[in-house]
Amino acid sequence: MFWVRLKRVIKSGWVNFRRNSVVSYAAILVTTITLTVVTALFVFQAILNAGIAQVQSKVDIAVYFTVNAPEDQILALEGNLQKLPEVASVQYISADQQVLAFRDRHSDDYLTLQALDELGDNPFGGLLQITAKDSSQYDAIAQVLEGNTPIAQDNSQIISRINYSQNKEVIDNLNSLIFDARRVGLVLTLVLSLISVIIMYTTIRLTIYMARDEIGIMRLVGASGSYVRAPFLVQGILYGVFAWLVTNLIFFPLTYLAGVKLTNVLGINLYSYYTSHLFSVSGLVLVIGVLLGMISSLLAVRRYLNV
Amino acid sequence: MIKFVNVSKAYPNGAVALENVNLEIEKGEFVTVVGPSGAGKTTLNKLIIAEEEPTEGTVLFENQDIDAFNSGQVTRLRRRIGMVFQDFRLLSNKTAYENIAFAMEASGKSDEEIVSDVPHVLQLVDLQDRMFHFPGQLSGGEKQRLAIARAIINQPEVLIADEPTGNLDGKNTMEVIEILKKINDLGTTVILTTHDQQMIKAVGQRIISMERGRVVGDEQKAQVKL
Repeated sequence: MFWVRLKRVIKSGWVNFRRNSVVSYAAILVTTITLTVVTALFVFQAILNAGIAQVQSKVDIAVYFTVNAPEDQILALEGNLQKLPEVASVQYISADQQVLAFRDRHSDDYLTLQALDELGDNPFGGLLQITAKDSSQYDAIAQVLEGNTPIAQDNSQIISRINYSQNKEVIDNLNSLIFDARRVGLVLTLVLSLISVIIMYTTIRLTIYMARDEIGIMRLVGASGSYVRAPFLVQGILYGVFAWLVTNLIFFPLTYLAGVKLTNVLGINLYSYYTSHLFSVSGLVLVIGVLLGMISSLLAVRRYLNV
Repeated sequence: MIKFVNVSKAYPNGAVALENVNLEIEKGEFVTVVGPSGAGKTTLNKLIIAEEEPTEGTVLFENQDIDAFNSGQVTRLRRRIGMVFQDFRLLSNKTAYENIAFAMEASGKSDEEIVSDVPHVLQLVDLQDRMFHFPGQLSGGEKQRLAIARAIINQPEVLIADEPTGNLDGKNTMEVIEILKKINDLGTTVILTTHDQQMIKAVGQRIISMERGRVVGDEQKAQVKL
């Protein structure tokens, strides 16, 4: 009997969905707006994270060594730094590489190159470029190098200077900007999602309000509450599924265009992101759509079942 | 079978629909409840199908207090009672066939029973040609016959018909009366509420008269003052 009832409920929900086409269009439209907002917020978060990652990658701590600093000691320090949990990467640039890079940068500046030649010896020392896993961790790394730690004490003789103090203001500003951007993103996500959900719930409530007399009649001819409720649940699911399809029809071409035209500006190929995250983003949006449709329908029908 | 014990009903707006009503309806009876508009006839019916609750007193169905029924018991009670409403109360989004099939589905009938019984009952009320029409495409008389078909499809123990001929002409009224008589002959208890003189003359072994929420007469086919 369960399967017979299930078949009847699905059929009834589908028939109601088709016959109340105007109401269904309205509900799908509003649900699509909700899902579009949710998807747009996912994409916005991706753009924000890509932007943050791009800026973060441009920040580092550079440790300059004295000209005579022994290379094996520098390499030992590099090894120790790589073991720190805050450190993402450490790149060693030798004194020879430094002078080559300098020559390359000033290849058109004859006077500078002549001055360098007259010096005879290489005036540059080695250099370690340290990138942190998170920009908020630069302070901790600088403390290891400059503070009262074994690493700092062992290497104080060979370190010429550390550029963290010069970059500190930029890094602090960046950290505060990232924090604000994430907070704004979160608040925006919550507020817009809430508004969309309320609009969707109200619309589905209106569609069921229009069917309140029918709900009463069904109860009076002997239908149980669950048998009356179930087709509306099916309708709610259908609103979610159709709205999800429309949302994908909007986002596939939009992200494709953004991928072609805006990848350099945004720092992320939105089409690649959307297609590679299709199951997580789109799947989650489908689940959200279906759940919202079901819950809105359940809550809205409940009020008219007490006949 | 159905018993009203000191039943009163007042609506939240203060209107008193029933006042100290005492009644007993036996199984298999054909009872006609008569009275002018506002006499309390429809409220009487609503109390039997638990659409309303009494303010005072008790309504019993087979010695069980309907007011104490939970939702599941109310559903089962309604499956045992067929109701023809004054305003038809058909499902506007379903065809004539589907309206009747829904009542069968709700009471757990199989697909085979539905396929076999629905055309049969539609033929009984002469609506076989309107099977796939929606209520909005039917005339008043056709809607009323469809409502009767829906009410009797599950072979209820009680059939309540609330002003079933209110919107019908003489020919259709007689048709409805004949259908109700046939149903009663098959053993179903029929409760008919009406203020239609033609109907009162034509039917009913027992006539209960109501005025302003009170029972003012309860006779076996006697003179009725209206």
